[in-house]
Amino acid sequence: MRILMLGWELPPNNSGGLGVACYQLCKALSRKGADIEFILPYKADHGIDFMTVTAAHPQGVSEILKSGISYDSYKYVFSDGRVETHDIYSQVHMYEDAVAQLVQQRSFDIVHAHDWLTFRAALRAKQATGCPIVLHVHSVERDRAGGGAGNPLCREIEGISFMLADRIVAVSQHTKNMIIEDYDVPPEKVEVVHNSIDQEMFEPLEGENTYKYLAAMKARGYRVIVAVSRLTVQKGLPNLLHAAKEVVAREPKTLFLIVGSGEQYFELLSLAADLGIARNVLFTGFQRGKRWRDAYAIADLFVMPSISEPFGLTALEAVGYGTPSLISRQSGVAEVLRNALKVDFWDINEMANQITAVVQNDSLRDTLHANSYQEFSRLNWNDAADKLLGIYTHHVSHHKGVFA
Amino acid sequence: MSHKAIVLYLHVHQPYRVRHYTIFDAGVDHRYFDAPYDDRTNNERIMHKVAEKSYLPTNRRLLELLNNHPEFKLSLSITGTAIEQMEAWAPEALQSFKDLCATGRVEIVAETYHHSLAFFYSRKEFEAQVKMHEKKVQEVFGQTPRVFRNTELAYNNDLAYWADKAGYKGVLAEGWDKVLGWRSPNFVYQPTYTDNIRLLMKNYKLSDDIAFRFGDRGWAGWPLTADKFSHWLNSTDEATNFNLFMDYETFGEHQWDDTGIFEFLAHLPNEWLKQEGNTFMTVSEVIDNFQPVDRVDSPQTITWADTERDLSAWLGNSMQGASIHALYELEDKIKSTGDLSLIDDFRKLTTSDHFYYMCTKWFNDGDIHAYFSPYENPYDAFVAFMNAWHDLRFRLAAKGIDA
Repeated sequence: MRILMLGWELPPNNSGGLGVACYQLCKALSRKGADIEFILPYKADHGIDFMTVTAAHPQGVSEILKSGISYDSYKYVFSDGRVETHDIYSQVHMYEDAVAQLVQQRSFDIVHAHDWLTFRAALRAKQATGCPIVLHVHSVERDRAGGGAGNPLCREIEGISFMLADRIVAVSQHTKNMIIEDYDVPPEKVEVVHNSIDQEMFEPLEGENTYKYLAAMKARGYRVIVAVSRLTVQKGLPNLLHAAKEVVAREPKTLFLIVGSGEQYFELLSLAADLGIARNVLFTGFQRGKRWRDAYAIADLFVMPSISEPFGLTALEAVGYGTPSLISRQSGVAEVLRNALKVDFWDINEMANQITAVVQNDSLRDTLHANSYQEFSRLNWNDAADKLLGIYTHHVSHHKGVFA
Repeated sequence: MSHKAIVLYLHVHQPYRVRHYTIFDAGVDHRYFDAPYDDRTNNERIMHKVAEKSYLPTNRRLLELLNNHPEFKLSLSITGTAIEQMEAWAPEALQSFKDLCATGRVEIVAETYHHSLAFFYSRKEFEAQVKMHEKKVQEVFGQTPRVFRNTELAYNNDLAYWADKAGYKGVLAEGWDKVLGWRSPNFVYQPTYTDNIRLLMKNYKLSDDIAFRFGDRGWAGWPLTADKFSHWLNSTDEATNFNLFMDYETFGEHQWDDTGIFEFLAHLPNEWLKQEGNTFMTVSEVIDNFQPVDRVDSPQTITWADTERDLSAWLGNSMQGASIHALYELEDKIKSTGDLSLIDDFRKLTTSDHFYYMCTKWFNDGDIHAYFSPYENPYDAFVAFMNAWHDLRFRLAAKGIDA
């Protein structure tokens, strides 16, 4: 089975969970014999040996320079010396054109595309070759807009692509429901394939924890609550700060560690000060590697207060590094992780209530973690890969049956 | 012929800027103030730059003026943190200030050692810092200040009352219209509810012509020359003293050499002294020479900053309020340790500049705030400060003190 996979990012050049999910999914698929070529909009060394990773260059481009994460502007250097910079939307078009060229020189059985950024390219591939396309939805525009209508250009791409897709894969029932509600897609066209976690990806916690200050304060009776998140509207962090105020009023020895960057950073800093909890809220900025792992490990509780979270891999990462989770019911991970505290994202009092309970009862924290870790240990990507292979086989044989 | 005096008062200050101090430093590295040399927050580099661009060239000209004009006099205030940094990194600049004082015609004004807002948060700490400054000035310049200025000219009736009881003969304030009303800043006043002390109020229009507008080509007064400026003063009939109060760094740092600011300074005494009866006085002399013409009441706090002339540049948003309250809450616990390096770091963090860098008033005044801040934005300043605060708390915890 030859699969042409269209994606926007892979680790270590990922901005979030999308790249991680794509990577782990492809790894599991390839172990089951899938032959994958993964097309990215940029060139980088990923150190991947289980599939072919190809950069989709527009014609005549000799080099593509990223200014930051995958959603920032890119600089394209052409072989004739021209330099162009492109925003996200024009990059989507360039990627689409490049993929349209590329499919002419390839033979493959099916196209599997991840999120709206690559959907236009998938449609072009289908148009050019007639192959079946599977669209994998890691988030829809309503998620990213924090519950609002969002960008109409993205919605349009999503709507038309869903209509033309052979099959849609949603990372959770939560996401499937949104696809049905927002785009009038028939439910039977959408398959839920939950994200999972690759135990091998977990690097061991080695050496002293980098948050030495937090460790010292914990030794003096403080408790640490961590959020690891892009600081963006979708993630619901202002609600966490409002809840934090209520927690601190009852348990002053509570520290909140916010790990991540994003356009809400200044707003959240000001809000913490406005709420009178500036000394209880610490911001680390975006972190990778040991500092990222240690943030999970130092905490007594991980909180993911997302307004809408298609999946929410971070909750599983937290469990893997030793910390139980409080997750919003509006998240996909709530469907697979039973041993977690769950709260509606808008319910600030309940959020404060549950955080306070963990701060006050180490037994709650420890029991919650022990049980969630058992669940975590059983998770792997094999089920997801099997489901996808089933979908591929169905559509490829159907396609060949029709056109053979 | 009645006497008219220019009272030139320059304020010298450098804070210990907090480096990009992260949560990963807290509990690990207690050095908040020593950024790498090429960093914008490196204090040594800034001291080198300011000494070269401002202190040395300005003092060279001031010394010439003092040597050439027996009537030329001025007053200076130099914060303890500025003196310390000159001792460490620009001893030749400190020597040039000593040389000015050695002429006997330069008066040093009292203030807090750390350029802090302690008056509003801890009277005990405030008095300790004033004492520290007095001692330092005695050691370095061999004189005891008799006139007081509070940080940023932050002034109200309480401050005047305190300074009066502390035995100062004068106190400096902004000549803000809302306090002066119809009255002119060009006279000596007495604060209400005081017995002896005198009040000198900054003529902000004339001071800001030099300090802020001098290099502004869009300003109707541009180009400002020494004879034009003297002419403005001479045509003001009702006046005994023109209180020109400004940051010392006006010369060479805020107004660069190429604006002609040094030429202006070099020619001012010559032009001003051309008219009989015109002279220069230090702040003490003007108090000795003129009787107060009225009492001034200032129940509200005024400062010399921004269009509001209040403390909003330091305490106007909740980040500033949160951080300054958090700091002063640690005071007693930190002092109880007797740990001098901990106390010293606490005091360096009381410097008002840290809170100024957190100011979010971007409109009108924002441009000047951005110019004076070594941080990219007020939020970075807040985060660095709070992380240092967390480390103070860590150091207390290490001594068994919960804070």
